[in-house]
Amino acid sequence: MAEAILRMTGIGKEFPGVRALDGVDFRLLPGEVHALMGENGAGKSTLIKVLTGVYSIDAGEIELAGAKVAFTGPLEAQKAGISTVYQEVNLCRNLSVAENVFIGREPRRFGRINWREMRRRAAELLTRLDLSIDVAKPLSTYSLAIQQMVAIARAIDIDARVLILDEPTSSLDAGEVAQLFRVMRRLKEQGIAILFVSHFLDQIYEIADRMTILRNGRLVGEYVTAELPQVELVGKMIGRELAELERLDERPPARTSDTLVEASALGGKVAPFSLTIREGEVVGLAGLLGSGRTEIARLLFGADHAATGTVRIGGEQVNLRTPRIAMSKGVAFCSENRREEGLVPELTVRENLILALQADRGWSRPVPRKKQDELVAKYIKALNIRPDNPEMLIRNLSGGNQQKVLLARWLILEPRLLILDEPTRGIDVGAKAEIQKLVVELSDGGMAVLFISAELEEVLRLSHKVAVLRDRRVVAELPNDDTLTTDVLMETIASGAAK
Amino acid sequence: MKTLARPLPRQLPRTLPRNYLPVLVTGALFVAMFVAGGIRYEGFATGQIILNVFIDNAFLLVVAVGMTFVILTGGIDLSVGSVVALTTMISASLLPSTPSILVILLVLAIGGVLGAAMGAIIHYFEIQPFIVTLAGMFLARGLCYTIGTDSIPINDPTFTSIAQTQIKLGPDLWISPSVLIALAVVLLATYTLHYTRTGRNVYAVGGNEQSALLMGLPVARTKIVVYTISGLCSALGGLLLSFYMLSGYGLHAVGMELDAIAAVVIGGTLLTGGSGYLLGTVLGVLVLGLIQTVISFEGTLSSWWTKIVIGLLLLIFILLQRLIVTTGATRDR
Repeated sequence: MAEAILRMTGIGKEFPGVRALDGVDFRLLPGEVHALMGENGAGKSTLIKVLTGVYSIDAGEIELAGAKVAFTGPLEAQKAGISTVYQEVNLCRNLSVAENVFIGREPRRFGRINWREMRRRAAELLTRLDLSIDVAKPLSTYSLAIQQMVAIARAIDIDARVLILDEPTSSLDAGEVAQLFRVMRRLKEQGIAILFVSHFLDQIYEIADRMTILRNGRLVGEYVTAELPQVELVGKMIGRELAELERLDERPPARTSDTLVEASALGGKVAPFSLTIREGEVVGLAGLLGSGRTEIARLLFGADHAATGTVRIGGEQVNLRTPRIAMSKGVAFCSENRREEGLVPELTVRENLILALQADRGWSRPVPRKKQDELVAKYIKALNIRPDNPEMLIRNLSGGNQQKVLLARWLILEPRLLILDEPTRGIDVGAKAEIQKLVVELSDGGMAVLFISAELEEVLRLSHKVAVLRDRRVVAELPNDDTLTTDVLMETIASGAAK
Repeated sequence: MKTLARPLPRQLPRTLPRNYLPVLVTGALFVAMFVAGGIRYEGFATGQIILNVFIDNAFLLVVAVGMTFVILTGGIDLSVGSVVALTTMISASLLPSTPSILVILLVLAIGGVLGAAMGAIIHYFEIQPFIVTLAGMFLARGLCYTIGTDSIPINDPTFTSIAQTQIKLGPDLWISPSVLIALAVVLLATYTLHYTRTGRNVYAVGGNEQSALLMGLPVARTKIVVYTISGLCSALGGLLLSFYMLSGYGLHAVGMELDAIAAVVIGGTLLTGGSGYLLGTVLGVLVLGLIQTVISFEGTLSSWWTKIVIGLLLLIFILLQRLIVTTGATRDR
């Protein structure tokens, strides 16, 4: 086996009250794709941040190509050949593609930036990644996938020996993922060591050569991907049986209860559509990124204005001008963008939880502290929010637990219709199963749920019926019976059936 | 017009026309106003009218150039008007006893240091630029009155000769040395913004400061540099105002920060940072200047109409920016 390019031994890192990493060993070989696996809160992000110098380490040592290193910041790590591409593309969208690749290292002649040379070299570099685009255009004119490739191009131009890809695929569609994987394979051939983080197990098995599994800040082990079956992997990651997940796989029987929401010819940013949601029914929305899933949710929540059509909730016609009106009718909307639209990172778990209830009551009638504590304790327990400390700042929680807090916030209001927009994106398998289980329980209790997810399996597993979207148009509404499979859904999306 | 259009180099060729749209609109507005004025008033459509706009607004142009750097990073500098006043005051009080070259260097240094200090506070203490520069504004204005509460005349031979020099450009056409200085500043600034790393870092920081940091760009230095540039430009603007007024006074340039911000915004620079061109700022200053000229030609109108028109224009341009940004955002989806 080749000599490791990167070796971390006995890494320990402590935050106030949390031991994020505890004696973790990790090694990376040149020319391999190495997956870092673990639930949220297992210590993956911390390990990456330690490696790139964002955090300093409390114990252990890091060796790069045999030499001991201690980076004080991402810039220093970058100079040493460790580049990182994050989930949220960290580039400047207002600048051109070429500039994004070269800024900070622009080719110059007599101290003057040589724009022509810069564009030429950027185009050349992107061609190496199988990408031929106009590099003079602003980055914002391109899709997220291409922006990610540009970020990679920037990373490898800095003579990267180690490339860290932190959840690069979470917002890409299948074609874009394939393109990214082609690029990764090419880089691998060039001897670059790639550290890859993703929550999609299929992707891990497609691209990763080896993997390191973390749990609760400790090392579980290092494995060759081909020798570790998926079920065992998940077992090692969450450390408990998968019975819960499998039990969910039974198909939910169709609902025949009363109609709760009836949208007819409702349109705005999406083409007019009609949709009924019964009490206790889970309606899935399937479609690609940008197909209008979120737009439908926003229409039903009154966050966007309807240009046409009507909505009836519980038989009564409602003019959803503002989210407030929708909320008063029992509609709750858990947004896909938990960082930007949902959570207030500087507030505690309790404060975040109580926010929607307080807004509903009006600020002149504060929720009594005792009632708050009661409610918070109840939901922390019900949703298994960890750590179960209501006074912890929400930004210190892992993604999955943040998502649970956000969910709990709306559940406190006891809504009749709960709209969940990508509730499981970017969270780990364990938390995902818990949220899925919760959806089933809620719908059994009579709550209607509009469930939006990019993962078709998940939509299929939970929904009683599925509305398929394509190009901002509802192209089909399919009952979830035995004939409906992910293949059927994909075909419907691909062909845009009823056009 | 020609003198203006030629020296500005072609900036980034092949960039999207959408980025240029606000600049083009401002340019069209300027031409339209000039043509309309020429039709309506006798003796308006002459080259000297344009040159007078430059002569009367050279100091504003320099201040607005500094402001452009700050706004491009997504910041704001409210202290510029006060720093201009402070510069005139210090110059006027020192000139009788000190050589003029020393005075000039001293006030430039004071402007630069004030700017750098504000930039450092903004960056290292993570305080809103609005608050920090507001404090700077009160500080500089207050310092004026510690020097004196009355207007101090300037009789220094160097200053008066610069003030009285007329550079002939042709028959009946002339400009002041201040205009040359202002244009040189514009050229230097344009070069800096488009052909140096510092300039590109300004755009990057304004586009996304967090990303800029992760891309390893010197964010701290860039932010401090833009406020330093703004401070320097304010001091230089103050010197140009001293040439123009030949006096130092604590009440000079009251509200000039707002004129400068207005010029930058009308020139199409986004207040959120990351997008805009110096050419736009030049046109913005010209539009503001031309409004004053038109209103003075109208004769019967009160000069306060200038403010009303500027207010309306600002509103229109901010709405226009909003429109461009939102249509851009939906297209990106």
